[in-house]
Amino acid sequence: MQIHDIPAEKPWSGIVRKGQTIRIIDAYGQQAIDTIFYNAHDHGERYSAQDTMREQGAAYITEGTKVMSNDGRVMLTVTADLSGRHDTCAGCCSCESNTVRFGEGTRQLHACRENFILELARHGMTKRDIVPNINFFMNVPISPNGAMTIDDGISAPGDHVELVAEMDVLCVISNCPQINNPCNGFDPTPIRVEIRD
Amino acid sequence: MMPHTPRPPEAIAADRARYEDHQRKGLAFTPKSPPTPSPRPAPPPVDVLRTEVIKGGWYTQLAMQTGQVLRIQSGGLGGSVSLAAWADADRSERLNLPDTVKVQWTTELRKGRVLFSDMGRVMLSITEDSSGAHDVLTGGSGPDGAGTPVQRNTRDNMILAAAKLGLSRRDLPMLMTFFAPVRVDAAGRFFWNATLLSGTDWVELRAEMPLVLALSNTRHPLDPTFGKVPPVTLTLQGARAVAEDDLCRTATAEAIRGFENNARG
Repeated sequence: MQIHDIPAEKPWSGIVRKGQTIRIIDAYGQQAIDTIFYNAHDHGERYSAQDTMREQGAAYITEGTKVMSNDGRVMLTVTADLSGRHDTCAGCCSCESNTVRFGEGTRQLHACRENFILELARHGMTKRDIVPNINFFMNVPISPNGAMTIDDGISAPGDHVELVAEMDVLCVISNCPQINNPCNGFDPTPIRVEIRD
Repeated sequence: MMPHTPRPPEAIAADRARYEDHQRKGLAFTPKSPPTPSPRPAPPPVDVLRTEVIKGGWYTQLAMQTGQVLRIQSGGLGGSVSLAAWADADRSERLNLPDTVKVQWTTELRKGRVLFSDMGRVMLSITEDSSGAHDVLTGGSGPDGAGTPVQRNTRDNMILAAAKLGLSRRDLPMLMTFFAPVRVDAAGRFFWNATLLSGTDWVELRAEMPLVLALSNTRHPLDPTFGKVPPVTLTLQGARAVAEDDLCRTATAEAIRGFENNARG
């Protein structure tokens, strides 16, 4: 089994082969883990939030969710979820969207988009390859009137999700550094990823 | 597990107080003039630069200059219009619906709301809208989705339109779909609220920077109707003066800050 400890605020990437299971552990609780999957052999095929939501008929990621690609294929299946509900509508934070949400004074704060740009560069990809991601352990309820808000996380220390890969995938993670909203309990923490056959 | 030293409690408390202030104001969206739906039928367009009809199942791509206004006129029930948009100057800057809904605290985009790029700038303002019945969450049809293999689909249309702008599937963002009343119930499940559509609905979008757009006229996968997809009419109208108190530019603190980013360049 591979064990990858990911420091607070940092990115990570790794390959999950077809049939392997990736476990993503929210070690200290209430930590948003921004995640994108790419077909390991064709990075043009990647996670699609809209295809995933439409195919399951519901807005949240949870046990049983089939993680779909932009080509309409199943990339992974969520097989375990100790937390219960994960966002895929709200995307990742960025320096630029932080200025819109929280004011110009937040432009020069570290953000997930910075992590994704740097991590994707290691794989020959650029900003254009950042697609709307899954926010594991991020709580973004959508009301029937459309109102949406980022609320306190509902994950406890040690909670995890598990996904079985249905194709070889490159998993790219930004361990979210946001401190302007409660997605990380205002205190970003280290996480752990395990990959096993 | 890696060790962790928590941030000081007073820093956490200060950040939380600041967020809760943003949250309270954001969820209490109160524009200066209430965004009542635009009237039906639509009034005649003004200063028409170009008119184009997209047949049911087809797509187009077009450029817009700052201030120009695109009218999208539905030709009947059974068709929805999906939109992707890129900044003409740098096509890695593109429509970002997660940011759009997150910063405006709502998934229901309608008259008075604006559409953001990934760079925190406003690409388009929704200046007119008769229905408010649009979808940002579920995208469009795929080759294996709604319908039969002989029917055209949103995904292929968008790949084709993007290609004709020099772009590829790597460049396709999440799609905004007009005249698609997808709503979310208390459990997070989607449903199609057909009562929100009339068959004569229309929207107008004002370009807030030079843009290229891709548009697809296809039946939404959650739309229970069947039969021919009706045509939609696109009417590109010339730039007009924007009032100081323009609703889209002043409705929320987030919109104001977005336009500040546009001005910053």
